[in-house]
Amino acid sequence: MIAEYFPDAMPLQGLIGGALIGLAAAVFLIGSGRIAGISGLFARSTLAGSFDLSALLFTVSLVGGAALVSLFGGGVAQTFPDHWGYLVAGGLVVGFGTRLGSGCTSGHGVCGMSRLSKRSITATVSFMAAGMATVLAMRALGLEWM
Amino acid sequence: MGKFYPILSGLLFGAGLAISGMMDPLRVRGFLDIFGAWDPTLAFVMGGALLVMALAWLIQRRMERSLDGSTFDLPGTRLIDTRLIAGSAMFGIGWGIAGLCPGPAIASLATSFVPAIVFVAAMLAGMALFRVTLGRN
Repeated sequence: MIAEYFPDAMPLQGLIGGALIGLAAAVFLIGSGRIAGISGLFARSTLAGSFDLSALLFTVSLVGGAALVSLFGGGVAQTFPDHWGYLVAGGLVVGFGTRLGSGCTSGHGVCGMSRLSKRSITATVSFMAAGMATVLAMRALGLEWM
Repeated sequence: MGKFYPILSGLLFGAGLAISGMMDPLRVRGFLDIFGAWDPTLAFVMGGALLVMALAWLIQRRMERSLDGSTFDLPGTRLIDTRLIAGSAMFGIGWGIAGLCPGPAIASLATSFVPAIVFVAAMLAGMALFRVTLGRN
Protein backbone atom coordinates (compact mmCIF):
# COMPACT_ATOMS: atom_id res chain seq x y z
CA MET A 1 0.00 0.00 0.00
CA ILE A 2 2.81 2.35 0.93
CA ALA A 3 4.64 1.55 -2.32
CA GLU A 4 1.47 2.32 -4.26
CA TYR A 5 0.95 5.80 -2.81
CA PHE A 6 4.57 6.73 -2.13
CA PRO A 7 6.75 5.17 -4.86
CA ASP A 8 10.00 6.61 -3.44
CA ALA A 9 9.45 5.52 0.16
CA MET A 10 11.72 2.88 1.77
CA PRO A 11 9.64 1.74 4.76
CA LEU A 12 11.60 -1.45 5.46
CA GLN A 13 15.06 0.12 5.24
CA GLY A 14 13.68 2.99 7.28
CA LEU A 15 12.47 0.71 10.06
CA ILE A 16 15.68 -1.36 10.12
CA GLY A 17 17.95 1.70 9.97
CA GLY A 18 15.76 3.42 12.56
CA ALA A 19 15.98 0.43 14.91
CA LEU A 20 19.79 0.54 14.55
CA ILE A 21 19.75 4.25 15.41
CA GLY A 22 17.61 3.45 18.47
CA LEU A 23 20.04 0.67 19.42
CA ALA A 24 22.95 3.12 19.07
CA ALA A 25 21.25 5.60 21.40
CA ALA A 26 20.43 2.72 23.79
CA VAL A 27 24.09 1.62 23.87
CA PHE A 28 25.15 5.19 24.70
CA LEU A 29 22.52 5.51 27.44
CA ILE A 30 22.96 2.14 29.09
CA GLY A 31 26.70 1.82 28.39
CA SER A 32 27.92 5.37 29.04
CA GLY A 33 25.01 6.80 31.00
CA ARG A 34 24.42 9.73 28.67
CA ILE A 35 22.17 11.00 25.87
CA ALA A 36 23.34 10.36 22.28
CA GLY A 37 22.58 13.88 21.10
CA ILE A 38 24.74 14.44 18.04
CA SER A 39 24.74 18.25 18.00
CA GLY A 40 25.95 18.31 21.60
CA LEU A 41 28.49 15.52 21.10
CA PHE A 42 29.81 17.22 17.97
CA ALA A 43 30.23 20.52 19.84
CA ARG A 44 32.11 18.68 22.58
CA SER A 45 34.26 16.92 19.92
CA THR A 46 35.47 20.14 18.40
CA LEU A 47 35.06 23.34 20.40
CA ALA A 48 37.78 24.10 22.93
CA GLY A 49 36.63 24.56 26.48
CA SER A 50 34.15 21.69 26.49
CA PHE A 51 36.29 19.06 24.77
CA ASP A 52 35.42 15.47 25.64
CA LEU A 53 37.33 12.46 24.26
CA SER A 54 34.36 10.07 24.35
CA ALA A 55 32.33 12.60 22.32
CA LEU A 56 35.10 12.72 19.71
CA LEU A 57 35.27 8.90 19.61
CA PHE A 58 31.50 8.80 19.02
CA THR A 59 31.71 11.38 16.23
CA VAL A 60 34.60 9.63 14.44
CA SER A 61 32.83 6.26 14.78
CA LEU A 62 29.67 7.77 13.31
CA VAL A 63 31.64 8.52 10.14
CA GLY A 64 33.16 5.02 10.33
CA GLY A 65 29.76 3.29 10.57
CA ALA A 66 28.49 5.12 7.50
CA ALA A 67 31.75 4.32 5.66
CA LEU A 68 31.41 0.59 6.42
CA VAL A 69 27.82 0.41 5.13
CA SER A 70 28.79 2.37 2.03
CA LEU A 71 31.83 0.14 1.42
CA PHE A 72 30.07 -3.21 1.87
CA GLY A 73 26.59 -2.15 0.76
CA GLY A 74 27.56 -0.68 -2.59
CA GLY A 75 27.37 3.02 -1.76
CA VAL A 76 24.77 5.32 -0.25
CA ALA A 77 22.31 7.21 -2.48
CA GLN A 78 22.65 10.97 -1.88
CA THR A 79 21.55 14.12 -3.66
CA PHE A 80 22.90 17.38 -2.23
CA PRO A 81 21.91 20.98 -3.05
CA ASP A 82 23.48 22.05 -6.32
CA HIS A 83 24.65 25.34 -4.81
CA TRP A 84 27.00 25.81 -1.85
CA GLY A 85 24.93 28.74 -0.62
CA TYR A 86 22.27 26.32 0.65
CA LEU A 87 24.87 24.24 2.47
CA VAL A 88 26.52 27.26 4.11
CA ALA A 89 23.24 28.96 5.09
CA GLY A 90 21.72 25.68 6.30
CA GLY A 91 24.83 24.70 8.26
CA LEU A 92 25.13 28.07 10.04
CA VAL A 93 21.49 28.09 11.14
CA VAL A 94 21.58 24.39 12.16
CA GLY A 95 24.73 24.98 14.24
CA PHE A 96 23.38 28.06 16.04
CA GLY A 97 19.84 26.71 16.43
CA THR A 98 20.79 23.29 17.83
CA ARG A 99 22.92 24.93 20.55
CA LEU A 100 20.22 27.49 21.41
CA GLY A 101 17.56 24.77 21.49
CA SER A 102 19.88 22.26 23.25
CA GLY A 103 19.45 19.45 20.73
CA CYS A 104 18.55 18.10 17.33
CA THR A 105 16.81 15.10 15.75
CA SER A 106 18.83 12.62 17.82
CA GLY A 107 18.82 14.25 21.26
CA HIS A 108 15.30 15.70 21.29
CA GLY A 109 13.73 13.56 18.55
CA VAL A 110 14.96 10.05 19.40
CA CYS A 111 16.25 10.21 23.00
CA GLY A 112 13.89 12.82 24.48
CA MET A 113 10.64 11.82 22.80
CA SER A 114 11.13 8.14 23.69
CA ARG A 115 11.35 9.29 27.32
CA LEU A 116 8.09 11.25 26.80
CA SER A 117 9.87 14.50 27.70
CA LYS A 118 7.47 17.41 27.07
CA ARG A 119 10.48 19.63 26.46
CA SER A 120 11.80 17.36 23.70
CA ILE A 121 8.35 16.85 22.17
CA THR A 122 7.94 20.64 22.03
CA ALA A 123 11.37 20.98 20.40
CA THR A 124 10.62 18.25 17.84
CA VAL A 125 7.24 19.75 16.88
CA SER A 126 9.00 23.11 16.56
CA PHE A 127 11.82 21.96 14.26
CA MET A 128 9.57 19.74 12.14
CA ALA A 129 7.02 22.53 11.64
CA ALA A 130 9.80 25.01 10.83
CA GLY A 131 11.38 22.56 8.38
CA MET A 132 8.07 21.97 6.60
CA ALA A 133 7.34 25.71 6.45
CA THR A 134 10.85 26.35 5.08
CA VAL A 135 10.49 23.83 2.24
CA LEU A 136 7.08 25.30 1.38
CA ALA A 137 8.40 28.89 1.50
CA MET A 138 11.41 28.00 -0.66
CA ARG A 139 9.12 26.53 -3.32
CA ALA A 140 6.92 29.64 -3.24
CA LEU A 141 10.03 31.79 -3.72
CA GLY A 142 11.35 29.60 -6.55
CA LEU A 143 14.36 28.45 -4.48
CA GLU A 144 14.36 24.81 -5.62
CA TRP A 145 17.85 23.42 -5.14
CA MET A 146 17.80 20.74 -7.80
CA MET B 1 34.28 7.25 31.03
CA GLY B 2 35.02 4.15 28.97
CA LYS B 3 35.82 4.33 25.28
CA PHE B 4 34.06 1.15 24.16
CA TYR B 5 30.41 2.26 24.32
CA PRO B 6 30.86 5.63 22.52
CA ILE B 7 32.68 3.82 19.69
CA LEU B 8 30.06 1.04 19.41
CA SER B 9 27.24 3.58 19.59
CA GLY B 10 28.81 5.77 16.89
CA LEU B 11 29.35 2.81 14.55
CA LEU B 12 25.73 1.65 14.98
CA PHE B 13 24.40 5.18 14.56
CA GLY B 14 26.36 5.76 11.34
CA ALA B 15 25.30 2.38 9.95
CA GLY B 16 21.66 3.07 10.84
CA LEU B 17 21.73 6.44 9.12
CA ALA B 18 23.27 4.94 5.97
CA ILE B 19 20.77 2.05 5.80
CA SER B 20 17.71 4.17 6.59
CA GLY B 21 18.07 6.54 3.63
CA MET B 22 18.41 9.51 6.01
CA MET B 23 21.83 10.43 4.61
CA ASP B 24 20.07 11.56 1.41
CA PRO B 25 19.19 15.27 1.77
CA LEU B 26 16.67 14.96 -1.08
CA ARG B 27 14.78 12.19 0.77
CA VAL B 28 14.78 14.08 4.09
CA ARG B 29 13.47 17.15 2.29
CA GLY B 30 10.86 14.88 0.72
CA PHE B 31 9.56 14.16 4.23
CA LEU B 32 9.33 17.86 5.02
CA ASP B 33 7.58 18.51 1.68
CA ILE B 34 4.06 17.68 2.93
CA PHE B 35 2.31 19.54 0.10
CA GLY B 36 4.55 18.06 -2.61
CA ALA B 37 5.67 14.50 -3.39
CA TRP B 38 5.70 13.49 0.29
CA ASP B 39 8.16 10.75 1.27
CA PRO B 40 7.16 9.10 4.60
CA THR B 41 10.47 7.20 5.07
CA LEU B 42 11.65 9.46 7.91
CA ALA B 43 8.52 8.58 9.91
CA PHE B 44 9.45 4.87 9.71
CA VAL B 45 13.01 5.67 10.81
CA MET B 46 11.75 7.70 13.76
CA GLY B 47 9.25 4.95 14.64
CA GLY B 48 11.90 2.22 14.64
CA ALA B 49 14.30 4.33 16.70
CA LEU B 50 11.66 5.38 19.25
CA LEU B 51 10.50 1.79 19.76
CA VAL B 52 14.00 0.53 20.61
CA MET B 53 14.91 3.58 22.67
CA ALA B 54 11.68 3.42 24.70
CA LEU B 55 12.71 -0.10 25.76
CA ALA B 56 16.14 1.23 26.71
CA TRP B 57 14.55 3.81 29.03
CA LEU B 58 12.59 1.02 30.75
CA ILE B 59 15.85 -0.85 31.36
CA GLN B 60 17.68 2.32 32.44
CA ARG B 61 15.10 2.97 35.18
CA ARG B 62 16.12 -0.26 36.90
CA MET B 63 19.84 0.53 36.81
CA GLU B 64 21.88 2.33 39.47
CA ARG B 65 24.86 2.99 37.22
CA SER B 66 25.66 2.66 33.52
CA LEU B 67 27.59 -0.39 32.30
CA ASP B 68 30.91 1.52 32.36
CA GLY B 69 30.35 2.20 36.05
CA SER B 70 29.59 5.93 35.83
CA THR B 71 26.51 7.63 37.24
CA PHE B 72 23.81 8.61 34.76
CA ASP B 73 24.31 12.14 33.45
CA LEU B 74 20.94 13.00 31.91
CA PRO B 75 19.19 16.29 31.12
CA GLY B 76 17.12 17.21 34.15
CA THR B 77 15.54 20.43 32.94
CA ARG B 78 11.87 20.48 32.02
CA LEU B 79 11.89 24.15 31.10
CA ILE B 80 9.97 25.02 27.93
CA ASP B 81 11.16 28.52 27.10
CA THR B 82 11.89 30.86 24.20
CA ARG B 83 15.42 29.50 23.80
CA LEU B 84 14.11 25.95 23.30
CA ILE B 85 11.38 26.91 20.84
CA ALA B 86 13.30 29.57 18.90
CA GLY B 87 16.46 27.45 18.76
CA SER B 88 14.55 24.41 17.54
CA ALA B 89 12.71 26.52 14.95
CA MET B 90 16.06 27.89 13.73
CA PHE B 91 17.39 24.35 13.47
CA GLY B 92 14.26 23.37 11.49
CA ILE B 93 14.81 26.23 9.06
CA GLY B 94 18.38 25.10 8.38
CA TRP B 95 17.21 21.48 8.11
CA GLY B 96 14.67 22.55 5.48
CA ILE B 97 17.17 24.68 3.55
CA ALA B 98 19.80 21.96 3.09
CA GLY B 99 17.98 18.70 3.95
CA LEU B 100 20.67 17.95 6.54
CA CYS B 101 20.67 17.65 10.31
CA PRO B 102 23.90 17.13 12.31
CA GLY B 103 24.05 13.29 12.26
CA PRO B 104 23.62 12.71 8.52
CA ALA B 105 25.86 15.71 7.74
CA ILE B 106 28.76 14.32 9.80
CA ALA B 107 28.18 10.75 8.52
CA SER B 108 28.33 12.11 4.95
CA LEU B 109 31.98 13.03 5.48
CA ALA B 110 32.52 9.33 4.64
CA THR B 111 30.56 9.33 1.40
CA SER B 112 30.24 12.85 -0.07
CA PHE B 113 33.15 14.71 1.45
CA VAL B 114 32.99 18.06 -0.34
CA PRO B 115 29.34 19.06 0.27
CA ALA B 116 29.47 17.46 3.74
CA ILE B 117 32.54 19.40 4.88
CA VAL B 118 31.03 22.68 3.61
CA PHE B 119 27.90 22.08 5.70
CA VAL B 120 29.78 20.74 8.76
CA ALA B 121 32.23 23.68 8.74
CA ALA B 122 29.31 26.14 8.54
CA MET B 123 27.56 24.24 11.35
CA LEU B 124 30.67 24.50 13.52
CA ALA B 125 30.85 28.23 12.78
CA GLY B 126 27.19 28.54 13.83
CA MET B 127 27.93 26.73 17.10
CA ALA B 128 30.96 28.93 17.78
CA LEU B 129 28.88 32.03 17.01
CA PHE B 130 26.25 30.86 19.50
CA ARG B 131 28.90 30.36 22.16
CA VAL B 132 30.27 33.92 21.86
CA THR B 133 26.81 35.51 21.70
CA LEU B 134 24.02 33.72 23.58
CA GLY B 135 26.06 30.92 25.18
CA ARG B 136 25.77 30.70 28.95
CA ASN B 137 29.03 28.97 29.75
